Amino acid sequence: MNNPLESLSKTVLIGIILTIIMVLAINLIY
Amino acid sequence: MDFFEPAYLVFFSRWLHVLSGIMWIGLLWYFNFVQIPSMPNIPDNQKPAISKVIAPKALFWFRWAALATIITGLSTAHLNGYLVNALTLGIIDGSQKDTAIGIGMWLGIIMAYNVWMIIWPNQKIALGIVSANDDEKPLAARKAMLFSRTNTALSIPMLYAMVSAQNLY
Repeated sequence: MNNPLESLSKTVLIGIILTIIMVLAINLIY
Repeated sequence: MDFFEPAYLVFFSRWLHVLSGIMWIGLLWYFNFVQIPSMPNIPDNQKPAISKVIAPKALFWFRWAALATIITGLSTAHLNGYLVNALTLGIIDGSQKDTAIGIGMWLGIIMAYNVWMIIWPNQKIALGIVSANDDEKPLAARKAMLFSRTNTALSIPMLYAMVSAQNLY
């Protein structure tokens, strides 16, 4: 269980974190 | 209504894009939220129902829906006139909308690449559709699963980018 992508809940968490980073980056640029 | 006017063609292309996108991401989530977590709970003698019947059928619609989603997405962007500005992430025109849809488009393109170049070739080995050594099958299955999970993670910001470009900016 070393790779977080083996866990479904961690996969969804990664997706949410990536979304937050993306939104913050777009807001920072504009 | 004139069905051949540009506004209708843009709408029609987007409608096909949403149809194929729902089939693609719906099956992606079926694999990750339903099929993969259920496999350890299915008795060994019943596993072929999944691996020999359901999974190959689901993978057929999954990979072709992925390709259809990319084609209809690119045609929608082209018909709307923002294909180049979106693929260059809005850098040329400084548009927040093009940056958002561009991020979504690139995430979708990366995901479709994963489907056709990594997940499908490895699933063919794992499911026995192509001949391979028995020790290769678990490795191929693991690789396909990890890239399927990667796509599940990427689908969340991808859909945010697509829907926000349409509704926020």
